Amino acid sequence: MPVAASAIYFLNLRGDVLINRLYRDDVGGNMVDAFRMHIMQTKELGTCPVRQIGGCSFFYMRISNVYIVIVVSSNANVACAFKFVVEAVSLFKSYFGGSFDEDAIRNNFVLIYELLDEIMDFGYPQNLSPEILKLYITQEGVRSPFSSKPSDKPVPNATLQVTGAVGWRREGLAYKKNEVFLDIVESVNLLMSSKGSVLRCDVTGKILMKCFLSGMPDLKLGLNDKIGLEKESQIKSRPIKSGKTIELDDVTFHQCVNLTRFNSEKTVSFVPPDGEFELMKYRITEGVNLPFRVLPTIKELGRTRMEVNVKVKSVFGPKMFALGVVIKVPVPKQTAKTSFQVTSGRAKYNAAIDCLVWKIRKFPGQTEPTMSAEVELISTMGDKKSWTRPPIQMEFQVPMFTASGLRVRFLKVWEKSGYNTVEWVRYITKAGSYEIRC
Amino acid sequence: MSGHDSKYFSTTKKGEIPELKEELNSQYKDKRKDAVKKVIAAMTVGKDVSSLFTDVVNCMQTENLELKKLVYLYLINYAKSQPDLAILAVNTFVKDSQDPNPLIRALAVRTMGCIRVDKITEYLCDPLQRCLKDDDPYVRKTAAICVAKLYDINAELVEDRGFLESLKDLISDNNPMVVANAVAALAEIQENSNRPVFEITSHTLSKLLTALNECTEWGQVFILDALSKYKAADAREAENIVERVTPRLQHANCAVVLSAVKMILQQMELITSTDVVRNLCKKMAPPLVTLLSAEPEIQYVALRNINLIVQRRPTILAHEIKVFFCKYNDPIYVKMEKLEIMIKLASDRNIDQVLLEFKEYATEVDVDFVRKAVRAIGRCAIKLERAAERCISVLLELIKIKVNYVVQEAIIVIKDIFRRYPNTYESIIATLCESLDTLDEPEAKASMIWIIGEYAERIDNADELLESFLESFPEEPSQVQLQLLTATVKLFLKKPTEGPQQMIQVVLNNATVETDNPDLRDRAYIYWRLLSTDPEAAKDVVLAEKPVITDDSNQLDPTLLDELLANIATLSSVYHKPPDTFVTRVKTTVQKTEDDDYPDGSESAESSAHVGDGITSPPASSSSVPAAARQADPAPAPAPVPDLLGDLIGLDNNAIVPVDQPSEPTGPPLPVLLPASTGQGLQISAQLIRQDGQIFYSLLFENNSPVALDGFMIQFNKNSFGLAAAGPLQVPQLQPGTSAGTLLPMVLFQNLSTGPPNSLLQVAVKNNQQPVWYFNDKISLLPFFTEDGKMERTSFLETWRSLPDSNEVSKDFPGAVVSNVETTLDRMAASNLFFIAKRKHANQDVFYFSAKIPRGVPFLIELTLVVGVPGVKCAIKTPGPEMAPVFFEALETILKS
Repeated sequence: MPVAASAIYFLNLRGDVLINRLYRDDVGGNMVDAFRMHIMQTKELGTCPVRQIGGCSFFYMRISNVYIVIVVSSNANVACAFKFVVEAVSLFKSYFGGSFDEDAIRNNFVLIYELLDEIMDFGYPQNLSPEILKLYITQEGVRSPFSSKPSDKPVPNATLQVTGAVGWRREGLAYKKNEVFLDIVESVNLLMSSKGSVLRCDVTGKILMKCFLSGMPDLKLGLNDKIGLEKESQIKSRPIKSGKTIELDDVTFHQCVNLTRFNSEKTVSFVPPDGEFELMKYRITEGVNLPFRVLPTIKELGRTRMEVNVKVKSVFGPKMFALGVVIKVPVPKQTAKTSFQVTSGRAKYNAAIDCLVWKIRKFPGQTEPTMSAEVELISTMGDKKSWTRPPIQMEFQVPMFTASGLRVRFLKVWEKSGYNTVEWVRYITKAGSYEIRC
Repeated sequence: MSGHDSKYFSTTKKGEIPELKEELNSQYKDKRKDAVKKVIAAMTVGKDVSSLFTDVVNCMQTENLELKKLVYLYLINYAKSQPDLAILAVNTFVKDSQDPNPLIRALAVRTMGCIRVDKITEYLCDPLQRCLKDDDPYVRKTAAICVAKLYDINAELVEDRGFLESLKDLISDNNPMVVANAVAALAEIQENSNRPVFEITSHTLSKLLTALNECTEWGQVFILDALSKYKAADAREAENIVERVTPRLQHANCAVVLSAVKMILQQMELITSTDVVRNLCKKMAPPLVTLLSAEPEIQYVALRNINLIVQRRPTILAHEIKVFFCKYNDPIYVKMEKLEIMIKLASDRNIDQVLLEFKEYATEVDVDFVRKAVRAIGRCAIKLERAAERCISVLLELIKIKVNYVVQEAIIVIKDIFRRYPNTYESIIATLCESLDTLDEPEAKASMIWIIGEYAERIDNADELLESFLESFPEEPSQVQLQLLTATVKLFLKKPTEGPQQMIQVVLNNATVETDNPDLRDRAYIYWRLLSTDPEAAKDVVLAEKPVITDDSNQLDPTLLDELLANIATLSSVYHKPPDTFVTRVKTTVQKTEDDDYPDGSESAESSAHVGDGITSPPASSSSVPAAARQADPAPAPAPVPDLLGDLIGLDNNAIVPVDQPSEPTGPPLPVLLPASTGQGLQISAQLIRQDGQIFYSLLFENNSPVALDGFMIQFNKNSFGLAAAGPLQVPQLQPGTSAGTLLPMVLFQNLSTGPPNSLLQVAVKNNQQPVWYFNDKISLLPFFTEDGKMERTSFLETWRSLPDSNEVSKDFPGAVVSNVETTLDRMAASNLFFIAKRKHANQDVFYFSAKIPRGVPFLIELTLVVGVPGVKCAIKTPGPEMAPVFFEALETILKS
């Protein structure tokens, strides 16, 4: 049964109900007490996001300082439920101007009730596209730019658009300047052993799109992926010249992309929603260019001293640079005193996370700054268990660099009025979970 | 752009409710709207604002859509507690359902379906009928779901009014969202019905597969889930279906991906071509891996499902083990599941890498995770023979770290490794023995003792080692005691020297005389007898070769696996349990109640169709078991007519119970009036009974909800007999899973209703935790017959003659048979219907009885029948002939019982 929820609760960290909606009769209004008693007030919190108490099951997620709890008593579709929560939160964020927390909920509770009524019926998720919902669910400040009429007048075609085959784009949009912004955002995930061998490495990327296009445009996106190119050269029966090609392990698309067409022709064609959305996600494991190499040497000198040397090598082009580089080197809890020498950036000891934190604001390519630190420890007696070293973690952003080598080859826009479009493409690579064991 | 609604939560000093009331009735629109917002705010924080019902409903007729929605929201929450007032809203609902604005039409139908008040439901049918055929797809898609809502309230009504047919028509609708919602509604109805409602033919299948392309992401989930039950005719059809579903694997929505995987896996069972299967496995792997970059909660769901998938199709992710390596910051529940899958995917090819990972995990901080990692190494050793040696060397390295729980966990798995590969790795025993003194957990101790006993002949100081454990024998947990006993016997059989002989005497003495544990005692006596009669036989038994173990601890039974795979993405696949083990609701049978007089057909259908699940019905309550068994019978059960006679006979033997100390009711189970499914886990069974000349309402409360319930109160609506509670309801606090019975003394003629007598008794029960529950009971006249109803023959004749013929009412009971006059007379007497005389008329017997109900109203009864032949004619004369229908009902229960 694809039912996703019998009831949904928004609780603050103390367990107070901020807002709730019962969709079905099979769970009681007081079920949330059970959640509070058996999950929130116990150590169980955080051990498992799906729990059964009595005849009911609870799925919960924490988002900023709010718990969102779904209660069911049937064999509900859990995947659907969690995805619904994720989508609902992004819908609320889009209504509240980006923030979703306890205050935002209190300040918009009427609107949330209204949305909850609209986006789920009897436990079945309905249309959650912010684009369309904003056509007819408006609250004071959040008035649709499209309609200046009071909200209780029927919005022309709103209902047709909610249910339409293009349930994510409204009709009759008009822009003076037709623009598309593409952001290719990649997260590099790395797990490297202390000996420097790569244990796991992959890139999860997403293409974020911001569309300001008039009418009902058809878009087609071309990337330098191998399969797409091969297919294209088959169709055009001539080889297509383009430098490096890459192999995508997997791609998933926004619901606007025609999947059947992608499956047969390997082209990404779609009618985009208006404004900002995530067009696609991809994953690559082969041929990843790691932007940084980290070479740590950590020596324990006796029981009270440690010597930490970390060299970080940037392996991207010399003209590029990384921003906001942070390297966190874990040290034991009983750290008493630290002293640093760095060739670039700043380093300090952060006792709250038991790490030496080395920050480099701007990190040019093909350089290798080092940090050497001396750590003095308080000697502890009888601690049999030797210190287990958590991995070194790294954060960074490298603009105009893709770890996967992915490039946008073209973005074609067709609209019956035949206007010209301006396309902007940006690339950025960020650290996902970039871990080096030491 | 943030709202400022938080101001509505602020409270004023003046009484809040009166102030709100005033504002709700304000002449200014804005003020009214603000007031409703305040009411909703109060409702949100859990204040009871139900007393404002009328005032809020008065704001319903508005042009302002926002205000209307708020009022509707209020209605959904409170209509149930004010069913009589809720009717006030019906007109507006019906009007709104014909509004020119489709949003309002849909809103009205959607909201009406959420209000589970019978009166509202009655009025829902016509608007629903219209909306199912509405021009606007938004209204149709809302109406489709509404049919499922109505089915949940009153299945019979849905079938009678032909809504199922309209719903099936919507499958061919030209709007994809209408199709998707209709499919969802039909699938749900099918799940709750045991008649075929929604059968997917190859025609609907292909239509729905086409609709997939145009649906919203959620619609795709509904359709895929419904279609996954379809059984393809042959491999070719299966291949065709799969081909049309595979594009869904590229969807960004994880629910779509998992539902597509479910469907593909189902169809793959039929596909014979290994190439096709291999190809499909190749296609499914990347999307499954991608799910692991979603939110951790979704990762968890995905991992639980992948666990199932790799058990059926081990090749799918054979090359992807690296993606299951744990990240340092993964939540613990993700790490645990990843570990489980890593064990399943470990092979000779990747074991070195995997072992390095496990070793890394074994030094992390979280104790449970560390233990699981150590255990994982052992399980790999058992699974992969060629890697066993490497696994053991990793375990030995970990033991050398000397972290207490790591050592203990390692010893437990090494014991299993010894059982898997006997006589191979015993050289490491010496290393194990070094950590002997650090063991403090029973399982680790028991494992170590087992090892010592099993390899006693190779350990030089085995006797000393065991002896060190023996000192504390009486204090050890039974697990350790049992192992000590066996190990000592083994030692003795292997080294029958003086030391072990003394030890065995100590142990046998401890394990037979000094213990209360029957398992331990039995085992000790068996050994004792074996050793004293035939030591050679003892050797054969105790030192027998053991079967080699395999690692199947986490493999599911194939039939269970099949069922779980059919439930991918659902709770069942996350719990790894079939749905019926945790879902309390089961199929409802639509049944026609035979008794037309019964005031509330829907209620009866629901209550008799409800089945208390084995899990939720408390085992302590004996009466719930037969009740559940009776209800589980899929054949139409009779409407819950009280089986009073049995009750009365049972009560005859009871000791006299003072009124203020009600005893637990005994006898046959009480009819369930509020099933747990309706009462949010609270089940109420009740019946009027007569005991010691007084009327009681015998109630049984069963708390199947997860919270303790207390503060029970009861109230009876006006009824034909003026029944009311004579005292407060005395029910203790009910912990979850417990039940309590009580006898509530009743009085008559307290709150009489007007109009002709009927048997309807409306009851309201509340407690401090739940909303007020309303249910209907049916008054049987049986408990009203007083003990002083016996008449002398002469006065009987006089009364009979004195009453005019217009006071005579008769009725035939064609189904009733009297086969034994004696027992029937006894049963009548037990119900205070007193035998007066008997005469023969032709081949028929005519019996006369008298009875009396309170306020001295007599009943003179004449029964005409032939013993053993169906058909009893009954004529009564009474000063209150309007009571006749109720009387006949009562009589029928006696005759038919």
